[in-house]
Amino acid sequence: MTQIKSKKLRGILLGAGFVAIAAFVFTGCPGQQRMLDTGDAAQKVYVAPGEHDEYYGFFSGGYSGQLSVWGLPSARFLKVIPVFSQDPETGYGYSEETKPLFNTSYGFIPWDDSHHPHISQTDGDADGRWIFINANNTPRIARIDLVTFETKEILELPNTGGNHASSFVTSNTEYVIGGTRFSIPYEQDLDVPIDSYSDEFRGALSFIKVDENSGKMDLEFQIVVPPYNYDLGRAGKGPSADWVFFTTYNTEEAHTMLEVNASRNDKDFIAAVNWRKAAELVANGHGKTAPGEYYHNYYEGNQGYAISEQKNGVTILDTREIDEDFIYYLPTPKSPHGVDVDPTGEYIVGGGKLATVIPVHSFSRMLQAIEDGAVVERIDGIPVLDYDATIAGEVENPGLGPLHTEFDGRGYAYTSVYISSEIVKWSLETFEVVDRIDAYYSIGHLMITGGDTKNPDARYMVGLTKTAKDRYLPTGPKQNHPAQLYDISGDRMELLLDFPTIGEPHYAQAIRADLIKDNVAQIYEMEDNDHPHALRRIADNRVERDGNVVRVFMGSTRSHFRPDNIEGIRVGDTVYFHLTNLEQEWDVVHGIAIKGAQNSEILVAPGQTKTMKWEPNRTGIYPFYCTAFCSALHQEMQGYVRVSAADSDVPLTWRTGTN
Amino acid sequence: MKSLVTILLTIGFLLTIQACGDDETTDRRADVQQEEGLTEFELEHGIGPITERIEIDEEIDQDLLTKGRDIYEMKCEMCHNMEGRMVGPELGNVLDRRSPEFVMNFILNPGRMAQDHPEGQKMLREYMTVMPFQNVKEDEARAIVEYLRYYAEHN
Repeated sequence: MTQIKSKKLRGILLGAGFVAIAAFVFTGCPGQQRMLDTGDAAQKVYVAPGEHDEYYGFFSGGYSGQLSVWGLPSARFLKVIPVFSQDPETGYGYSEETKPLFNTSYGFIPWDDSHHPHISQTDGDADGRWIFINANNTPRIARIDLVTFETKEILELPNTGGNHASSFVTSNTEYVIGGTRFSIPYEQDLDVPIDSYSDEFRGALSFIKVDENSGKMDLEFQIVVPPYNYDLGRAGKGPSADWVFFTTYNTEEAHTMLEVNASRNDKDFIAAVNWRKAAELVANGHGKTAPGEYYHNYYEGNQGYAISEQKNGVTILDTREIDEDFIYYLPTPKSPHGVDVDPTGEYIVGGGKLATVIPVHSFSRMLQAIEDGAVVERIDGIPVLDYDATIAGEVENPGLGPLHTEFDGRGYAYTSVYISSEIVKWSLETFEVVDRIDAYYSIGHLMITGGDTKNPDARYMVGLTKTAKDRYLPTGPKQNHPAQLYDISGDRMELLLDFPTIGEPHYAQAIRADLIKDNVAQIYEMEDNDHPHALRRIADNRVERDGNVVRVFMGSTRSHFRPDNIEGIRVGDTVYFHLTNLEQEWDVVHGIAIKGAQNSEILVAPGQTKTMKWEPNRTGIYPFYCTAFCSALHQEMQGYVRVSAADSDVPLTWRTGTN
Repeated sequence: MKSLVTILLTIGFLLTIQACGDDETTDRRADVQQEEGLTEFELEHGIGPITERIEIDEEIDQDLLTKGRDIYEMKCEMCHNMEGRMVGPELGNVLDRRSPEFVMNFILNPGRMAQDHPEGQKMLREYMTVMPFQNVKEDEARAIVEYLRYYAEHN
């Protein structure tokens, strides 16, 4: 009896709890969602078979560590570009060429958490040359080349914990920025008590110079700042192009239970950094060299192995030691998350996730405040400006938990609001909300096509949400994160499409397809193959032994390997298959996999050379085959390796085509 | 049966051309060609960018020869022997069977040669594989011909 009662009670409580949760989280349901008023949403996202989408969308993979590529508005999934995580599908991070990209001062790191893709810019507009993306956990920045859609470079950031305020570029891609979300002691391995936080811990704002021709990154300097959490960043535009802005929270300097302890202050700061002045200070010798071990991994030439360069030492500007002002704090309510600059470069919008308003700072008023000396205090030499002197307006009634804002270039801003799971559209003239629409569910970033530039091409908006719940056919307790596509060409935002994505699509950018697609490579030209182990003359296919190291210089074409019979390999050997794909037709890919290899397959694009390492540990005959379905005779594309005992005297031989 | 296949293939081809032609001029020209069959030049020298006889000196051009050999060794040898058939036909004596223009068009336009040229179609039936385009430029195809001439003269 008692048991039954308690079950009932539990049922009632659970039911009530569910209703409460549902009321809180499900702010809309499919039956009530606002779709297009007029016309057909399906028609608006329909791209006929064989036709191309108008936009490339680049969605970060979040905890997948990768970057996914989508066609918009159809939401066609195009590919995953592996960046910070090993990818057995392509062999990225498993092939000898790509392994060095994963080297860090902490060793080989096969995973990271990738958050903010940002496309390179020229004069404030996306130019489609490269896309940068940050690694949050073991702080790094990657550069992906948009000719081959491959990761070409990964740079580690020293003195940084949680590189979240990254990897945003300045207007002409002069710099890509990094920032420390979790302040740490500045010199590495400084073994100090955690409660020495305020004395020993410091923040680091990183400025990485980008070579305008090659895109190659160089950690030029770091700014040492008070130990707050530097959360997000954005570069200015037009009149504010020489500045970058970072949000901070935890100005309380808490190091435990931040959920409570870092939420006490009514205002934290947006840090406004005059990067041009900071760079001049560095150039004029105001910086000093501090220890800081880090790796810089990159390719040189057209092909070959990524190079891992180990570096030590970084130039720092310490605000406590420099008299000139180049960084200012703008008080901003309350634990601001996003900081976003409108297309004119005038408005700096903070997403105060615990605030009841969206604060909008004015760049011109900020300059005036600096000129007027409207400084309320200095923290470690950094002037804190008067809130009333820099604020241009506060958007009332934005919903609960405003996070990120993008702009349409027509005078409106769109802010994602996490807790109430909606997007609010507001006017940059009146600072009043003019429209709002539900997000499914719990929206983080949003993205406008052509956004975060001087000239957004604002036809569509994508909301990147954190939970799918009931939106699609259920796929278990953990489901893929959704994205929603909205039409923002009219007065009202209209939901067009809702689709699952990969990993956690944390932030995304979209760019007009014509800025990229005509430049995309179809093959690697064989004449330009400078890989040290490439097969440049077919007759040079061979197997070489040097002690226990055996190198197979192998070619592939439809539909055979050369050589395809190899004998004289011994247990204990380390065998490298250097496979050159000798095809020169677009999208004709060959791969290789061999039985028992403790490795993934390796896919090789036309004209490319890739290397698979294999350490056979048992004698026997090992079949290998092409993993890519390359032709009607794909199944015939196979070979055999004979592995003999360690002390065997079977001579090393190889052949093709002589049965 | 064979003629039915030919008709179906022709219809299929016409549809393809109409759907994917670069511009209207190409479409019309292709239609005319289909109705009238290939031109006499095309029948003899292949379909492709080489549309008239090229001038070839008696004497071997050494620079062209070197260039042609390099490309051959990089892009052709995977499937061809000079002597004896492999994936494709032997090439040591190909200039006895084909004109230089035919060889060049085959290198430069292998897909259409296999699909539309009676000789290409015959070879596809025999070798069961379509020769891939190896990103060889027109001047490079000419150089390969020079190497094939040299080889034939010296072997």
